[in-house]
Amino acid sequence: MDILLAIILGTLFGFVLHRIGAANPQNIINMLRLTDFHLMKTIIWGISLSSALLFLGLTLGIIDPSHLSVKSSYWGVIIGGAILGLGFAIAGYCPGTGLAGLGDGRKDARYFVIGGLFGAFVYMLVFAALKDTFLMKKIAGGKATLAATGNPSYISLIESVPGVIVALVISVIFFIFAWKLPNKTDNDS
Amino acid sequence: MSGQLNWFRGGIALALVFLVAVWLVKPIGVSTQFVIFDGIIWNLFSDDLVQVNPKTKTGYSSTNAYLNKSGGKYAKNIANPLNYSYIFVFGIILGSFLSAKTKGPKATKEDRQAPEVWRQRFGSSIYKRYIVSFIGGFLVLFGARLAGGCTSGHMMSGMMQTSLSGYLFTLGAFATAIPLAILMYGRK
Repeated sequence: MDILLAIILGTLFGFVLHRIGAANPQNIINMLRLTDFHLMKTIIWGISLSSALLFLGLTLGIIDPSHLSVKSSYWGVIIGGAILGLGFAIAGYCPGTGLAGLGDGRKDARYFVIGGLFGAFVYMLVFAALKDTFLMKKIAGGKATLAATGNPSYISLIESVPGVIVALVISVIFFIFAWKLPNKTDNDS
Repeated sequence: MSGQLNWFRGGIALALVFLVAVWLVKPIGVSTQFVIFDGIIWNLFSDDLVQVNPKTKTGYSSTNAYLNKSGGKYAKNIANPLNYSYIFVFGIILGSFLSAKTKGPKATKEDRQAPEVWRQRFGSSIYKRYIVSFIGGFLVLFGARLAGGCTSGHMMSGMMQTSLSGYLFTLGAFATAIPLAILMYGRK
């Protein structure tokens, strides 16, 4: 059953990534050099809507809070994110869209994915040397969310307001940002 | 480009995929599976990389510190590749293929070697593009593993759950990606 769901949901994800133009590095590079915000608007609106529906689902008891998976916050998240950003900018792919690029028949995506397999491999080798450094030092207690999720494994940073309210406020802010962001800037040729 | 969804429809489609995944199974993530793939290959050439170990939480352990972490979670998935998260990433390739073959945006032969913005800036030498794509992939996956997730796991699934780590990751990634993209590709 799990395998069937993996095939269905993975295929759906790849299909949607391709349809929103995320498999095309042109769109990613234009987003990052701030000439075409179409993809940024899509992503921010996607986060806004999924977050609102997720927290409504949790509140109504439709979505099981044990399905959540909140990742830990530590210094390596910011520094790793910054290293990822360098590769994201030069190549125009991230892990998911690189795989979608393979499905789109893009040859540069093949080199990206092979490079990625090497990068992950080198990380496996150096992890032992990094694991006791400041990089792994937790921030705000580790697995923390802004909105209370109802899952006792996760710390909520805003406890005085119900989680669904916090999530909906963030969601509305994200939506307004996505909506007001121009599609393209004047620099785009 | 034709075949590409506008931001409003595209955002709804993206939101529904992330929502249905967490409703039925768990939040979407991709970059861990690069480690699992590497581990499966490495394990073919090693007698002791992944071992059955009843003393750990998952029942598996590894001689590699990274694969051994969280009670041998990665070691277990390497020993049992037919698991949800691993099969999921192969679905991404299939789904993108199906979109390209149906009414999705069409890429030209040149686009499939290097995007137009690359060709305008650096000419049509495809080898430079391939080398830069390789280096980009290396940095993206090394960074993603240090961060514990990528654009899917941290940015999308993370901010969907209002995870602090999702916001921190996104700030870190855009702080380098935007200046470097402008420096490398210009704004014209």
